[in-house]
Amino acid sequence: MPPAFVELLQFLFSGITSGAIYALVALGFALIYNASHVINFAQGEFVMLGGMITWLLLSHGIDLPLAIAGAVAATVVVGLALEKLAIEPVRDANVVTLIIITIGAGIFLRGLTSVTLGKDLHAVPAFSGNEPLELLGATIMPQSLWILGVTAAVVLALHLFFHFTILGKAILATSHNRLAARLMGVNVNFVLLLSFGLSALLGAVAGILIAPITATHFEVGIMLGLKGFAAAILGGLGSGLGAIVGGLLLGLIESLGAGYISSDYKDAMAFVVILGVLFLMPQGLFGKRGTERV
Amino acid sequence: MADIRPSGYSKHRKKQTYTRRLGTRATPMQVLMSERIGGMGALIVIIAALPLLLANNYQYDVAITIGINAIVVVGLNLLIGYAGQISLGHAGFFALGAYASAILTARYGLHGALAMPLGALGVGLLAYIIARPILRLSGHYLAMATLGVGVIINIVISREAWLTGGPDGMYVPPLEVWGVELYGGPIWYWIVAAFLVLAVWISLNIIDSPVGRALRGLHGAEVAAEVAGVDTTRYKVMVFVISAVMASVAGSLAAHFSEFVTPEKASFFHSILFVTMVVFGGMASTFGAVVGAAVLTLLPQLLADFASYEHMILGLIMMAVMIFMPRGLVPTLTGLARRRGARR
Repeated sequence: MPPAFVELLQFLFSGITSGAIYALVALGFALIYNASHVINFAQGEFVMLGGMITWLLLSHGIDLPLAIAGAVAATVVVGLALEKLAIEPVRDANVVTLIIITIGAGIFLRGLTSVTLGKDLHAVPAFSGNEPLELLGATIMPQSLWILGVTAAVVLALHLFFHFTILGKAILATSHNRLAARLMGVNVNFVLLLSFGLSALLGAVAGILIAPITATHFEVGIMLGLKGFAAAILGGLGSGLGAIVGGLLLGLIESLGAGYISSDYKDAMAFVVILGVLFLMPQGLFGKRGTERV
Repeated sequence: MADIRPSGYSKHRKKQTYTRRLGTRATPMQVLMSERIGGMGALIVIIAALPLLLANNYQYDVAITIGINAIVVVGLNLLIGYAGQISLGHAGFFALGAYASAILTARYGLHGALAMPLGALGVGLLAYIIARPILRLSGHYLAMATLGVGVIINIVISREAWLTGGPDGMYVPPLEVWGVELYGGPIWYWIVAAFLVLAVWISLNIIDSPVGRALRGLHGAEVAAEVAGVDTTRYKVMVFVISAVMASVAGSLAAHFSEFVTPEKASFFHSILFVTMVVFGGMASTFGAVVGAAVLTLLPQLLADFASYEHMILGLIMMAVMIFMPRGLVPTLTGLARRRGARR
């Protein structure tokens, strides 16, 4: 294999790995946005909680699978509580108010975590060892395969959920037209609750998957949350396919940009591309185009 | 010159000035209660009286920080509260102003009083250039774009260490006027107070001008305003630039006052803090903006006693205020007071 090709492949691997994580976070944004038109700025905190709680349970001698299940369950409870206590009481408030509530929730969760679990960086062991695998001359970590596999499984499960279950269809119906869904007997408050629970689940899964690679920390959710939001916007807010494509694109742009242009500006790449896309396509790649009714 | 305004428009204006001048409606009490005269007077009285309560340098520091934040928030309130456009990137403009002052004075030996307007001019130009494509977006897309601008500014400042000192920040020489170094709480208190009063005065005048009416129309129903002949893009761009320039000037003041700048000033969290101050105090209320800046600057200081619980409590208070007073502190409280008064 020519070295240039191996190098490219290496960048692609790492790009798709982080892209899959961004896609999971972006899906969380899209889910809540569809059900409520709220951008949940505490989404990054779900990611952080997933990683931190896994570490906590592991450090108490609990097995990895059980620790993962516990972390996911705990994060889902946090997501449900957030909806019940802070979002439902102000359902019809304007967008900025809701954004600030979720930001406040994010600050609260970060504060709570730093008080109870400390401000140190914690390592979580990889699911199946650290022996790198070789593929066409480039190397890939087993954890990356876990990330890709679990993300694919989650996306498939979500697809089945939305198209083949009554509950999933109720969420879709609510996102299309809240009032009409309600008139058809959909319990929209329950849908809202469910979407926060599902988003928390997606966030926690993303956080647990990435924790062995980046280690986990009480502030790890800030940048991941922003990148996930960027991915959701890149794909077009509210589009599930858009969130996935946006996430993968963002990961690839970052890793190729860092590899070929400047690693100093890795974090900036995503945002430069987002601005470019928004200037040309104000609705993102797969967003709903159309005229605004007055 | 022919008056090209539609007749209804000028008639309406005349009527307004008539009632105002003759005071058929506005009693002296109402004039005192109005935002422009009464509010401005109250602000000046509070600013003038506050030093009597300030006992030490630390308290002066807090008061000055409140003033600097308030300048940004008054500008941002024009954009968010009146034009209805959100920005999650204003800390970027604040930091650009701060770094323009820092770099021009420390590295190029320019006078601080010259660096500040140059920085403001540069930020104004940048804001003008990006305003058109950015303000075409709306809602969450606009939030994303402004957030992106802020994050990019933050990253550039952190990375270009040769110019900005990188993540460690850089030293800023003190401001000097006629050979005298401006140093210490009391002097800076009055400098910042003067700028704050100026910012509030500009803001109130914009709100009370045809521009303000256009903005309110824009906020209420953008398409309707456009149909009625309001060049909505022009007004949005104008307010965006004004708010960016105010942030830049506040940044310059902050740089010279603290004599140190760090990329933290451009952080996403800092942008969020500014927006929260606007909403906290009450959108579309200039004095609400000042109150929001004061409360949210004071809060972390008061919570410092709770040490590590500080952020938890801050988050809880942010959520609680938004849940129980979604309109913000000042509109909710004045609404309450008015209802009380009506009952008596």
